[in-house]
Amino acid sequence: MILPGLINYWVVVFLMMSGFYVVMSTGNLVKKMVGLTLFQTSVFIFYITMGKVAGGTAPILAAPGTSYSNPLPHVLILTAIVVGIATTAVGMALIIRIKEAYGTIEDDEIQAAEQS
Amino acid sequence: MELINQHLPILQIVVPLIAAPLCIILRRRQLVWVFAVVVTWACLAMAGGLMLQVLSQGPISYHLGGWEPPWGIEYRVDAVNAFILILVSLIGAVVLLYAPASIEAELPEARASLFYTAYLLCFTGLLGMTITGDAFNVFVFLEVSSLSTYALIAMGTDRRALAASFQYLIMGTIGATFFVIGIGLLYMMTGTLNMADMAIRLQPVLATRTVLAAFAFLTVGLSLKLALFPLHLWLPNAYAYAPSVVTSFIAATATKVSVYVFLRFFYGIFGREYAFDTLHLEYFLVPLGLLGVFVASTVAVFQSNLKRLLAYSSIAQVGYMVVGIGLVSVTGLTATLVHLFNHAVMKGALFLALGCIVMRLGTVELGELRGIGKRMPVTMAAFVFGGLSLIGVPLTVGFISKWYLVSAALERGWWPVAVLVLLGSLLAVAYIWKVVETAYFHEPEGKTADATEAPLTLLLPTWILIGATLYFGATATFTAGLARAGAEALMGGLAP
Repeated sequence: MILPGLINYWVVVFLMMSGFYVVMSTGNLVKKMVGLTLFQTSVFIFYITMGKVAGGTAPILAAPGTSYSNPLPHVLILTAIVVGIATTAVGMALIIRIKEAYGTIEDDEIQAAEQS
Repeated sequence: MELINQHLPILQIVVPLIAAPLCIILRRRQLVWVFAVVVTWACLAMAGGLMLQVLSQGPISYHLGGWEPPWGIEYRVDAVNAFILILVSLIGAVVLLYAPASIEAELPEARASLFYTAYLLCFTGLLGMTITGDAFNVFVFLEVSSLSTYALIAMGTDRRALAASFQYLIMGTIGATFFVIGIGLLYMMTGTLNMADMAIRLQPVLATRTVLAAFAFLTVGLSLKLALFPLHLWLPNAYAYAPSVVTSFIAATATKVSVYVFLRFFYGIFGREYAFDTLHLEYFLVPLGLLGVFVASTVAVFQSNLKRLLAYSSIAQVGYMVVGIGLVSVTGLTATLVHLFNHAVMKGALFLALGCIVMRLGTVELGELRGIGKRMPVTMAAFVFGGLSLIGVPLTVGFISKWYLVSAALERGWWPVAVLVLLGSLLAVAYIWKVVETAYFHEPEGKTADATEAPLTLLLPTWILIGATLYFGATATFTAGLARAGAEALMGGLAP
């Protein structure tokens, strides 16, 4: 059965595309950030999945001969999570200042405010 | 001294990285500025030292923490990135000389030390992307530079700077995430993150669909970061509403470093045979590059805000670089690399000149700049020289770039490309002439009537870059020689 083995990848693609779609389709800046976070998070799952060794445990010190998952993707994703948090923080900070400057966080209303 | 020489590759990154938070601690604006200037000029000296080492001893491989590659992170300096390091630190150092007077006019006092922190972080990120030999490390530094760029852009006085910064944040993050997906897929197939090791291990598995997917993700992700048409939408507003200093710095360096990473991945890791002989990336790059030149230049002709005009011109100039990449020859890559340097110098100078105008008039709307050439002759002369270089007039650096690009196109037998490159230059004549006509052939009126020349602290850095534009336009042996050495290294690929 192929599906159980690849189910994580299907989930990753589904989350990735959902997030991407939200970023593109919504005009609300906070919702855009939600979509963007979802999009980034799917990549975390992708990395963790590919580091999984069948039957392996978590890569923590254990008896010799124990099979464990590849720890490198975990470390990379730890870095990527920090990057993701920083991006969300900067994005949210910008949204607060946009709200102060324009009085709205809707993309089309901001556009309209600039046209007039 | 020996110890410093040995550790130059890491010092290049660590010095500005540590200096950035120190700027917050120092607080006093003048003090922070002096400190940041010392740091950036020290970085320039280090980049020069690295270049000398590369030229005399060949590529340098520096192992972080003493861990051998491919297990540890390797910083690898060769002819290509030593050249980019010099470029980034040169622009960073010169633009910083210009910063205090300009940010005093454009930023609230409280933000000054934060400005220098973000600036140094952005500087670190760009240098890091250039120097590292580790694929994931590129992503980390890419985000370091991007996040600080968003903060820098948002410091613009106009509220549109905030919207522009947010738009850039969304598109930049999507680009960076695509990039990291591509690296993940490559890691799946090779089990390594070291670029040189990856290039070797990728060869047997090139035919797999996973590598093809990685290729696609990296192409789109990097094209977004380097603002290849039609993925350039974040750029015009970001450049137009950022503070002048920031615009000069990022316009001159950020997209250039992305072009370098693009070269590194497609020529270095995937290799020329796979990327161009098998997948024919050139049929994607050359048309989009040329389309970018024409569409962006045409849009530039109709802009009334000069910063936006130059931003669109930047998209067009990136188009030329991408065409050079797509010509797949030593001459084509020389054209790209030499244009990286040349465009950085001239566009940096042009945006600095606009910063002088912003300082005196508070606007760069073309309609309010009538007769400015008579009131600010030194500034406008700099603009005209920079503009001539954008067009590609002989004795300016722009000519050198166009010369290599046209000869590369003819070498490949693609004469229509050569013709289109030259036609693209005519559009540059149109948008530069529009400015010259307004500045010189009208009597000063309104705001320009009582404008005075910009202070020397602004004019000097502007003219340093204009001087470089003219000097390297007259004697291109230095830049073109380095670019050719880099191009030959790239054509060889990373895999032995």
